[in-house]
Amino acid sequence: MIKRTLTIARKELIHIIRDHRTLVVLFLIPVVQLFLLAYAASSDVEHLRTVVLDADRTPQSRELIEAYRASSYFNIVSAVANEEELAQAIDSGTARAGLVIPPGYGADVIAGRTVHIAFVIDGSDPVIAQTAFAAAQSVGQIHGVRIIERRLGIATEQMSFLEVQPRVWYNPAMKSVNFMVPALIAAIVFVLTMVMTGLTIVQEREWGTIEQLMVTPIRPAELVAGKVMPYVMISFIQILEILVFGVFWFRVPINGSVALLLGLSALFLVTSLGLGIFISSVASTFHQAMFVVAFILLPALFLSGFIYPLDAMPLPLQLISYLNPLRYMLVIVRGIMLKGVGLEVLMEQVIALVVFGVAIMTFAATRFRKRLG
Amino acid sequence: MADVNENDLVIATQGLTKRFKKITAVNGLDLSVRRGEIFGLLGPDGAGKTTTIRMLCAIMNPTAGWARVAGFDTVREAEAIKKRIGYMPQQFSLYGDLTVLENLTFFADIFEVGREAREERIPRLLGFSRLTGFRGRRAAHLSGGMQKKLALACTLIHAPDILFLDEPTTGVDPVSRREFWDILTELHLQGVTLFISTPYMDEAERCSRVALMFEGRIVVCDTPERIRGLVEGELLELRPDDLREAARRIEGLPGVLEVQTYGDLLHVFVDDAARRGPALQAALTEAGIAVAGLRRTRPRMEEAFISLIRRQQEETEYGTRSA
Repeated sequence: MIKRTLTIARKELIHIIRDHRTLVVLFLIPVVQLFLLAYAASSDVEHLRTVVLDADRTPQSRELIEAYRASSYFNIVSAVANEEELAQAIDSGTARAGLVIPPGYGADVIAGRTVHIAFVIDGSDPVIAQTAFAAAQSVGQIHGVRIIERRLGIATEQMSFLEVQPRVWYNPAMKSVNFMVPALIAAIVFVLTMVMTGLTIVQEREWGTIEQLMVTPIRPAELVAGKVMPYVMISFIQILEILVFGVFWFRVPINGSVALLLGLSALFLVTSLGLGIFISSVASTFHQAMFVVAFILLPALFLSGFIYPLDAMPLPLQLISYLNPLRYMLVIVRGIMLKGVGLEVLMEQVIALVVFGVAIMTFAATRFRKRLG
Repeated sequence: MADVNENDLVIATQGLTKRFKKITAVNGLDLSVRRGEIFGLLGPDGAGKTTTIRMLCAIMNPTAGWARVAGFDTVREAEAIKKRIGYMPQQFSLYGDLTVLENLTFFADIFEVGREAREERIPRLLGFSRLTGFRGRRAAHLSGGMQKKLALACTLIHAPDILFLDEPTTGVDPVSRREFWDILTELHLQGVTLFISTPYMDEAERCSRVALMFEGRIVVCDTPERIRGLVEGELLELRPDDLREAARRIEGLPGVLEVQTYGDLLHVFVDDAARRGPALQAALTEAGIAVAGLRRTRPRMEEAFISLIRRQQEETEYGTRSA
């Protein structure tokens, strides 16, 4: 049993090693994807291109513009003369936001009257818009407080009022890269493992070698175990790769146990493998396999909490997400890396992964027979 | 085959049938192959040869009927069969990026061939497939003929009793084909039962028994000698300068049973060669067709096969019309 499995594994390893190009790609993909996604998927808004329509042109208005410029959120790229020019700048995308200061702003500030300024935000990307919205508001409010301070001649510290001191746990700097990198470990491993194992068994079918194997005494379990064994190794190396780059390049902390993280990654690997084997059992050609992968992939990514929070989804989609192994793994990696929690907190997710893994493996194994159509 | 001991039957099928969605690939096959035979399954592409072999190798379940190979049922005892047979599929199905030796070793491992047997067999198989000098070459870089020989060597690594070969010489050059058959003959002499499918009629002559398969059915199953004898009449061969016109004229002559074209030759089955030969010559001369080399010849498998299939088709047509 074990000997034949190792025979298959050795053969598979030869295939992989002799295919230099694929080998390079296998080890490059995780790093390249990590860099691409970690930077691209960042929802931190910084240096948003902003134009200013200053109809007031007083020291007061310039002070306000300076306040916006000083915050790292906005990058004042130019001044426009009227509303049309402002609209044009945002339409064409040269600016994502616009600050509108009405005439008489300076006079109103001096007179102590309520003033209104407008802040225009390009809402086509809601994530950016939300952040920009909040930033624009808070910059304005802080500036408002400063004006009051000056008028009353007292410093804020001397005033007594309710003060909320937010404390952000787990990711105090609220860096989205800290949120993304752990998720990427799970997502990249999920995708690559599923594709690699999905294709490797289909490959035997495409080569016609499966027919030759069928007339040997090999058991389906031996064949499948042997075929995926090298890919388990590769996937594990990929996990380590991403972890190393995540920790040393992106400075993402691992607050919990590294051993637990690796152990549960291995469990997740087996689950992803099961999905891959399942794909190879329903597809008979590369083409079909790729379609099945594409069919599973996008929903799996979107219904996992990878990008969009699950809590915000309608109930039916939330229910479907319980069938998604990636969902559980995301909780696990983020939990261990950011919150530093242990097994006792993650038990629910671990059990879900085990159940899913056993179910999909069993199903795939029963589908896998030594028979042709 | 009443005189045959049941134990000598290494392959037996009854009513073996395989239906796919739209077609019946194999239709009620009754076959029996004795130990040590070279059994040829002959037929054109699409006759159902590959499907038959796959069912016998226990990798495809029949829709109806049963088959026993080496005394085991192909559905219920498939794994027992696999230890005793070798199967060489039609298309190359070894690992192209593995070397010749790696392929052999791989199958030796899968079949759990012991070290001693392996040390004896691998050099011997490399020797007789003439691949010793190519041990380290990747299978994908071998010529078509060498690939076939490597495939054969791999199917022999566990010393099977029965060997199934699906069109082993298709796409192989004539020299390699001859070499390949020499190897098969050697195996036959060692007592291995060979079950070979082929579209080449001349290869049937090398078999001890032949089944002609057409559209999923066995048209006839006998020794090549007796099959040739089944053809009615005697065979005349001639080379006219206008093939089509000559065939048209000959078809109407008295005593002519069947006309087949064969390259630039005409093969004419007649009831009495000595009597009809001169009449045929005279009719063509009268029509202004020059004839070279009119001679009487022995019908070969090819003529026999075409003749038998035509007869079968006429019967089916007649059957459907009267029904």
